[in-house]
Amino acid sequence: MKAFFKQLNYVLQQNRLTLFAFGLFAAFCLMAVFGPLLAPYDPLASDTANALQAPSLKHWFGTDQFGRDILSRVVVATRLDFIIALSAVAMSFGLGSVMGATAGYFGGWFDRLTGRLADTIMAFPLFVLAMGIVAALGNNVGNIVLATAIINLPFYIRLARAEASVLRGAEFIEAAQLAGSGPVRILAVHVYPNLLPPMMVQISLNLGWAILNAAGLSFIGLGVTPPIPEWGIMVAEGATYIITGEWWVALFPGAVLMLAVFCFNLLGDGLRDLMDIRRRT
Amino acid sequence: MILLFLKRLAQAIPSLIGVVVVTFILTRALPGDPAAYFAGAAATKEAVEEIRKKLGLDQSMPKQFLDYIVNLAQGDWGTSLTTGQSVAHEVMTRLPASLELTLAGLLLATVVAIPLGVAAATRRDTWVDHLARIIATTGVSLPVFFTGLLFVYLFYFILGWAPAPMGRLDVYLSAPKAITGFYLIDSLLTGEGAVFMASLKQLLLPALTIALFVLAPITRMTRAAMLGALSSDFVRTARAMGLSDTTVVYRYALRNAMLPILTTLGMVFSFLLGANVLVEKVFAWPGIGSYAIESLVASDYAPVQGFVLTMAVLYVFLNLVLDILYSLLDPRVRIQS
Repeated sequence: MKAFFKQLNYVLQQNRLTLFAFGLFAAFCLMAVFGPLLAPYDPLASDTANALQAPSLKHWFGTDQFGRDILSRVVVATRLDFIIALSAVAMSFGLGSVMGATAGYFGGWFDRLTGRLADTIMAFPLFVLAMGIVAALGNNVGNIVLATAIINLPFYIRLARAEASVLRGAEFIEAAQLAGSGPVRILAVHVYPNLLPPMMVQISLNLGWAILNAAGLSFIGLGVTPPIPEWGIMVAEGATYIITGEWWVALFPGAVLMLAVFCFNLLGDGLRDLMDIRRRT
Repeated sequence: MILLFLKRLAQAIPSLIGVVVVTFILTRALPGDPAAYFAGAAATKEAVEEIRKKLGLDQSMPKQFLDYIVNLAQGDWGTSLTTGQSVAHEVMTRLPASLELTLAGLLLATVVAIPLGVAAATRRDTWVDHLARIIATTGVSLPVFFTGLLFVYLFYFILGWAPAPMGRLDVYLSAPKAITGFYLIDSLLTGEGAVFMASLKQLLLPALTIALFVLAPITRMTRAAMLGALSSDFVRTARAMGLSDTTVVYRYALRNAMLPILTTLGMVFSFLLGANVLVEKVFAWPGIGSYAIESLVASDYAPVQGFVLTMAVLYVFLNLVLDILYSLLDPRVRIQS
């Protein structure tokens, strides 16, 4: 544990960008938890007299076509977007890592089955598969989460499988076998915990991807429905005004969405440095 | 060699079957009744039933699936209910639009990303390396629909350099005679300079949007593969023999780094074919992505099935091409097989 903090300190010193990403992540978490309290206006209250106002001191990010305050909507939307991304990634990580580890450790028919499953999902254009799932099952948050989880599943299966099949031949596993541990115990106690570090990197990169995916689905009208504030929908609503010059309606939600994904990608890079033993000094 | 490719093709068959089955189930689960949609709002109950019978939708699921497979095997992909056109025909006319866009974006990205990745690897931990990293991370963090809109605002609304984001060609011009289906190539072949310029202008912004997004994976992979190649023994030997820096970097290191770069290009390409949907929507591009969205919304089974099947076949075909390229680039792959 002490070595871990030493490494954390080293990585943060070496790479200011990772430190910045950690700060940004903390800010986003605050926004997700306390969003409704931080927002200066009611995100749903329309005020048609002040529709499509440019950014000003009163409305920092301007107002949209119904006169709603864009800053408030952007802040409040954080929670929904994070919930979608986190639960989707948690689902695909939970299921994918267990399936992949089992397949990699035992091999055999289960390995072939999961391999085929991953291949089949990958043979679809992933975004279109997500579109199809949401269209077929219905437009709601639960189905967006499910669709995002399904299209991310193959990556976790493959990563866990690859790592587990390498670990299978490791000496400490042989030692555990000699000590009389059963296969399930070895898998759960010795193999699985060792899969977690490489999986963490994947999770962080995947979170950014999941947010992009959910926002993309909302953008084409599949997913969260208005008037609920969500970054993708807000960009879609602003799209019609960008050609007439009201740039702020789409720009601010889009920029915050970008910042969130940027933050997760930087975190993923930082975690990779953190987990990479070869760079540990 | 040929045996290897046949084996690879055979390996793809289970995935293809899986895709056909999943697509069939998924499209049947779509909400809405296509018979009622097709009959129109004013249709009587009997009329709807008649259409349902005509479309074969009154049959049981396994029977419908069997009919679908038999038709597919005969090259009949069904008919779109919304446009009344045969799906195979529409896919064939729309596919070149999507491919032209994707390939243009990929080409733009590759031209920037490979030199950038090489520069980042040869000047590791300098400002070039950091710049490459920042560009790449920013690019991949930008939602494509958002970058597309920003480009439209900047280059169309503010600067007026780009044409309105309305499809492949100005409405006043007629499309060149379809030879390859790629407007840029067709207009050159038929010698229509104005059409070439106009379609190039339309293509530029969406292609740039795509390029920015795929810059990251290509740059990263180039950097990583180059770092690996540059630290290998043969590069050290080449340097010790006094070969020039350019020869060492480009002829020795880059050629050996090409395999992983090529793999990444293949992955990015197949990923793009799906992600295009969003870019096509922003720029009103008449590709197969927008076709898929329209059909999904209308619960139109046949086009959705046709679209997914086309994508899956393309994906398999792409992997095959990659395998051929590998063995051309690296003799070791040939010997192993």
